[in-house]
Amino acid sequence: MDAILLQVLNGLDKGSAYALIALGLTLIFGTLGVVNFAHGALFMLGAFCAVTLQKILTISFEVVDPTRLDFLGNPLKVKTPYVVSWFGEAAGNGIIAWSVPLAILFAIPVMIAIGFAMERGLIKHFYKRPHADQILVTFGLAIVLQEIIKYFFGANPIPTPAPPAFTGSFDFGVLLGFDPNVIIYPYWRLVYFAFSAVIIGCVFAFLQFTTFGMVVRAGMADRETVGLLGINIDKRFTIMFGLAAAVAGVAGVMYAPINSPNYHMGMDFLVLSFVVVVVGGMGSLPGAVLAGFLLGILESFASMNEIKSILPGIDQIIIYLVAIIILLTRPRGLMGRKGVMED
Amino acid sequence: MIKSHLTRRGVLKTGSVAGAGLAVPTIFTASSAAAYTNEPTGNTVTLGFNVPQTGPYADEGADELRAYELAVEHLNGEGDGGMLNTFTSKALTGNGILGKKVAFVTGDTQTKSDAARASAKSMIEKDGAIMITGGSSSGVAVAVQGLCQEAGVIFMAGLTHSNDTTGKDKKANGFRHFFNAFMSGAALAPVLVKNYGADRNAYHLTADYTWGWTQQESIQAATEALGWSTVNNVLTPLASTDFSSYIAPVLNSGADVLVLNHYGGNMVNSLTQAVQFGLKDKMVNGKQFEIVVPLYSELMAKGAGASIKGILGSTNWSWTLQDEGTKAFVKSFGTKYGFPPSNAAQTCYAQTLLYADAAERAGTFNPCGLGAALEGFEFDGLGNGPTLYRAADHQCFKDVLVMQGKQDPTSEYDALEIVEVTPRAQVEYSPEHPMFAGGELGSCNPGA
Amino acid sequence: MFGLTKKDTLLLIVVAILTMAAPFLLNPFPSGSAMAQFNAGYPDLMQRFVIYGLFAIGFNLLFGLTGYLSFGHAAFLGVGSYSAVWMFKLLSMNVIPAIILSVIVAALFSLLIGFISLRRSGIYFSILTLAFAQMSFNLAYSVLTPITNGETGLQITLDDPRILGVSRTESGGIPVTNLFGAEMRSTYEMHVGSWLFQFNTGYYLCAVLMLLGFYLSIRIFRSPFGMMLRAVKSNQNRLRYTGLNTKPYTLAAFVISGMYAGLAGGLLACMDPLAGAERMQWTASGEVVLMTILGGAGTLLGPVLGAGFIKYFENIFSKINDTILHQWFSALPDGLEDAMVFLVHPFIGKGWSLTLGITFMLVVIFLPGGLIEGGQRIGRLFRRRTAKPAPDSAPSSTPAE
Repeated sequence: MDAILLQVLNGLDKGSAYALIALGLTLIFGTLGVVNFAHGALFMLGAFCAVTLQKILTISFEVVDPTRLDFLGNPLKVKTPYVVSWFGEAAGNGIIAWSVPLAILFAIPVMIAIGFAMERGLIKHFYKRPHADQILVTFGLAIVLQEIIKYFFGANPIPTPAPPAFTGSFDFGVLLGFDPNVIIYPYWRLVYFAFSAVIIGCVFAFLQFTTFGMVVRAGMADRETVGLLGINIDKRFTIMFGLAAAVAGVAGVMYAPINSPNYHMGMDFLVLSFVVVVVGGMGSLPGAVLAGFLLGILESFASMNEIKSILPGIDQIIIYLVAIIILLTRPRGLMGRKGVMED
Repeated sequence: MIKSHLTRRGVLKTGSVAGAGLAVPTIFTASSAAAYTNEPTGNTVTLGFNVPQTGPYADEGADELRAYELAVEHLNGEGDGGMLNTFTSKALTGNGILGKKVAFVTGDTQTKSDAARASAKSMIEKDGAIMITGGSSSGVAVAVQGLCQEAGVIFMAGLTHSNDTTGKDKKANGFRHFFNAFMSGAALAPVLVKNYGADRNAYHLTADYTWGWTQQESIQAATEALGWSTVNNVLTPLASTDFSSYIAPVLNSGADVLVLNHYGGNMVNSLTQAVQFGLKDKMVNGKQFEIVVPLYSELMAKGAGASIKGILGSTNWSWTLQDEGTKAFVKSFGTKYGFPPSNAAQTCYAQTLLYADAAERAGTFNPCGLGAALEGFEFDGLGNGPTLYRAADHQCFKDVLVMQGKQDPTSEYDALEIVEVTPRAQVEYSPEHPMFAGGELGSCNPGA
Repeated sequence: MFGLTKKDTLLLIVVAILTMAAPFLLNPFPSGSAMAQFNAGYPDLMQRFVIYGLFAIGFNLLFGLTGYLSFGHAAFLGVGSYSAVWMFKLLSMNVIPAIILSVIVAALFSLLIGFISLRRSGIYFSILTLAFAQMSFNLAYSVLTPITNGETGLQITLDDPRILGVSRTESGGIPVTNLFGAEMRSTYEMHVGSWLFQFNTGYYLCAVLMLLGFYLSIRIFRSPFGMMLRAVKSNQNRLRYTGLNTKPYTLAAFVISGMYAGLAGGLLACMDPLAGAERMQWTASGEVVLMTILGGAGTLLGPVLGAGFIKYFENIFSKINDTILHQWFSALPDGLEDAMVFLVHPFIGKGWSLTLGITFMLVVIFLPGGLIEGGQRIGRLFRRRTAKPAPDSAPSSTPAE
């Protein structure tokens, strides 16, 4: 029982990550009809926003300390970040430690700008092109973005820790009357979960309750008619692309402490996010969220030893297995609409 | 000998083929002019450095490449000579190898056995490389070693830690300087017992592929022999990035030590996440909970950042050692590149020197003669103390370092400190040890 | 000739000549010269060109004709390789049984996957095939290690129980793959001046099979069956309303294309008896998609061009390092030399994938029909220059798009 509860918790957290990544992808799919293979790269760029901010905050001046030697026997150059010298030891290090949450403020404008630039500069010209061309161009773009990041940051993962206040875990088990240490959960993941819920909620509210969102939803349903009504749908699509990029970006920022960013992390998530979106059903935002949680929870269950001893290797394939079963029983995923990306 | 027909680019640089416009068909037979694959006939000899340049291990590959370039410099008599000055064998004089200037070609393994073999083949077929070296994973090392055996060139393994490389997949043309999973276990277990006590329950998370399995098997055997018990061993998919569902049940399992048999990105993520769970601060069974990472690399330690503090693991070598060889190497590497070398770089540098030295001593590049010169070779001065290249399995035997994440690093390259230098005798094993059984070297293949 | 139209015959003959003369054509620079780096005429890469060409031709039969975008084709390549290596291990080092088994196994595997996946269309189909391939990859890497040898890849060892043939040669080595005694790796070298041309047995076996595959693909493109597949692409619903069951056609195309992939996988193993799990990874499936689109989906020759293009980058550009750059620019004054090296450096060696990514984007932006369209444009330009307007003689290799 406690083990199951624990994995449900794990699954919810994993699911919120999946849902958040898939959300942006399905926005682009649904509104623009573009297969965006660069979406994983956007997620990666988000994570590197956190890295960049951390690097900016730790820009240092060097003071030679003749009493200590570096590895070559020369006097050691001690680096002190400017932030520390400006704000004092405690406050300065505090700011650096909070670089990941701060990076959200930094990432949102950056990612929106990147999204705008991508849509205006490249994607716009591919709306009427076959999906194959979209795949090739966005895949090429993803490689280029990755390689640029690799050129500046290297291939090694870069540690981007969460603020020290969030180290350690919260003991759910005690709340529910179990023994201590039975159901624990890291604080940062609770933050991630709450954050995802808020972002997902915001996106839904935006699409549901604003005029802008209404037009976009109408555009998703029938783009031609909306265009005929004299509404400038193109401009709105640009904004949607920026929004999708920002959602992917902040997902990346918040994920950075869980998964040290490296330049190819986007590719690792790309396939997964496609599977989530398609299982959820093309063009359906609630579907993507639902599928994210479903796959997250099932994946967590599959990692339990009790299950692995019956079905060895099940945790290796569970996501794909579930995807196959769902697509075979529900032709358009969980909540897909007819006719979207079916030809 | 098998008739290897892997071809040579041969001699053209020197213009020794005078018959311009004349087609000279040479079907290779046993009577062919060349005595062995890619016999260098000009005044240069080409080595092939096959390292990951793209993919997750690209930075490790880059460091290996730096070490190779440094080694080539030193072999050709440029730079300060590095470990050539401290190496106990004095056959190398800085005029190349056997009087031929050392040239090199580079390739990208992508950490995929297919790509690595393609790259190695192009070096052999197109560039006339006489030796292939490098690699950053055991899968690639074993695959390229097999290729070199068939092609008739020497393979000097780079970073490969699986028992199989010199165990069931050993090859007569392949040589490994790096240590292996068994040695990690043998070196680490006594230190673990000394630090954490003999009454411990270990929980293993193991990367679900060959290296992970051998690493887990080795460390489990070594710790159990000293009184630890193993609570559980859970296999994690290689593609995992989120280990939370594997880490969460650890605390409730009765275990008080978590062993992460992961490498590279897997290790960075699983360690970071385990620390995020607060495992290091927990008390279980009245004891402080501990985390162990059997195989460390400097780059991965860097990737894990502060999470690594206080965590025990093992490495092949460390730039913080104080012997003459290490100091000479760190000095020339540090002067050239501005930061200290990783243990992957050291093994690659040492391998290049060992190859060159063996060629000098054998008086030939022929893989058979050269291999014989390496077999049973005892040497010192390359940073690892007295070392033996064992003839039975082409594995180097030397001291193993037990390392710990440093509490107060002075720079980003200073993440690890030496806890103990485990003497060679303690990590030695018989070539027939069950963890290494099942393969055989076969006979050396000079190709051609 | 061969049941082909005149134009198709011409195309086939041109392709045949090009492949047969590849050892010359791909080695335009004298070895030892600074440009020799760009020579691609060595056995391994030539083999890869034709094998991946074959793979892409097969993929194009499915994608180019029916529009069904499979994202799991690498799985068939992988099982083909595994079957071939197992055949070497258990039966004989002769490549014929290995090739036959790899095609059969790939056919059965693709029949199974195709039968299930083709119940859906569009992106749902793509994800189904992707899911099957990823499952195969993940299992091959871990749980199925006894069959696949996991991370290391399935290799031939000294103690394989080979029924027809010896476990090891007299000299204690592993026997090599051969075709009735003709070793796949044997190479005939021809020195002409400072040029070196290599004629490799394995390459010619692959080339002949690739030509056969190419011929078959032309026949399929031009057959009523091919017409039916194209009808599926343009409007499957309308076809269904006419009372036609399209599934047998698409399934047949899927299986044929899977057999091409299996043949390619088998040939890879014949040239180099190792089968690694990463051959089945989604990136490998993605690669053949990119090859086909890059070259020109739905064209006869495009996929082969795309395959050659990508493999060339992977194998040639990745090997250019700074030392070579310095050699190239050594004629320039020192400062300029360093500047040039600095400028070119990000695009070569470890930056080869950056160059590839940029090329993808440039090609798809400026040549919507892929590389083949580039060829046609050059062709048109050429014809305009020579002032011979001949609209009828436009290359017939772009029937679909």
